[in-house]
Amino acid sequence: MPPQESIRDIVLDALAGIAPEAAGAPLDGARNLREQLDIDSVDFLNLLMTLHERLGVDIPEADYAQLQTLDDAVAYLERRRAAPARS
Amino acid sequence: MDEATLVEWRVKPGDRVERGDIVAAIETSKGVIDIESFDSGIVDALLIEPGVKIPVGTALARIRSDAPGTPAHSTPPAAPAPAPPAPATPPSPAGAAGREGRVRASPAARRHAAELGVDLARLHGTGPHGVITIEDVARAAPPARSTAPPPDMRATIAAAMTRAKREIPHYYLATGVDLHKATLWLAEYNRERPVTGRVLMGLLFVRAVAKALTGFADFNGFYKDGAFVPGPGIHVGVAVALRGGGLVAPALHDADGNTLDAQRPAFQDLVTRARSGHLRASEMADATITVTSLGERGVDTVFPVIHPPQVAIVGFGRVAQKPVVTADGGIAAHPVVQVSLAADHRVSDGHRGGLFLAAIERWLQTPEQL
Repeated sequence: MPPQESIRDIVLDALAGIAPEAAGAPLDGARNLREQLDIDSVDFLNLLMTLHERLGVDIPEADYAQLQTLDDAVAYLERRRAAPARS
Repeated sequence: MDEATLVEWRVKPGDRVERGDIVAAIETSKGVIDIESFDSGIVDALLIEPGVKIPVGTALARIRSDAPGTPAHSTPPAAPAPAPPAPATPPSPAGAAGREGRVRASPAARRHAAELGVDLARLHGTGPHGVITIEDVARAAPPARSTAPPPDMRATIAAAMTRAKREIPHYYLATGVDLHKATLWLAEYNRERPVTGRVLMGLLFVRAVAKALTGFADFNGFYKDGAFVPGPGIHVGVAVALRGGGLVAPALHDADGNTLDAQRPAFQDLVTRARSGHLRASEMADATITVTSLGERGVDTVFPVIHPPQVAIVGFGRVAQKPVVTADGGIAAHPVVQVSLAADHRVSDGHRGGLFLAAIERWLQTPEQL
């Protein structure tokens, strides 16, 4: 992964793939993602699959609550990349 | 639908196609749908140019069948159900493409800029060392295009729902189903699976309805010419809300068959394609019943409207924690969903409907058999 591509960029890129019609509007990092982008459970699973593919981080179902906003998701993924997998 | 416009070819003369391969995209009054080949063979000639408006039934291409001397035609479908809005035409790549060496931008920002038609050279980067980030691109992007569904899709939904409410004597039933067991079972099922192998509660709902239908054929099929016609299989229409408004309900074919594991990718793929505008004509026309699930952020109960000529629709509200009296007489907070049924009184009665809902509940209480 090129160093200048931050986790935030990767998440935004993945979101743009899932909700392309919302890609033009800036996101509020502290607001619930599902509400902002009208993401349903299938979209959310697609998002996690893309993140898994791009970052190699597998997100257990029990952790879904920690990915409700863009800011939370970035913080969570940074933590997980720094200290990989319990399980 | 009387006519359609050929949007693009996905094959060219000389290509080999298998039955079911996507050969073209057409735009109907209900949006863009993918057309599958009805035969296997070699594409002999494309008979219609993109952009041309064609009546239903027009031959689009000539396919040289594997059996010599039997030309086959690929034609638009007779009557696709509502389709999603056309996907956005990708804008041409940004002007920055030729000057990439001097523009410092993250790869994601570059991709995003190309998608949106933003010229990176004109942006001021706010990332480290002035690197242009994806957020800079988003800020510079032209206002998002209108996300409203095409007016034709609204009109199609209006026509179908008006017909439903005018012609179908609906009756409605609803019951609360305790999902304590299903939730625990699903969490256990998903715990050891990577994200690519996980099952959503929404698929358990679809399968519970499909399995229950095996004993309730009078809810699976069509009302045509004054009589009920049973469906040729259990093809559950999965109602998918489109982000900009409007909805489609493509069929998950043979939803009662196969295993949960095997059906998981098909379900995920169907819903994803519904939202991105890549449904197939067969998926648009085949549903024998519809399941609508309003998701976690919705309401407790949905009172759905039947999609004619189908004769039933099953609705699932949000899964919410509710007080439940347990087997030992205590009270506990359990996840509960309101399952509702709207059915056609010309075909079935409330008593049958109640038994059908009870069968769906039984399946949801034995998730390991789904």
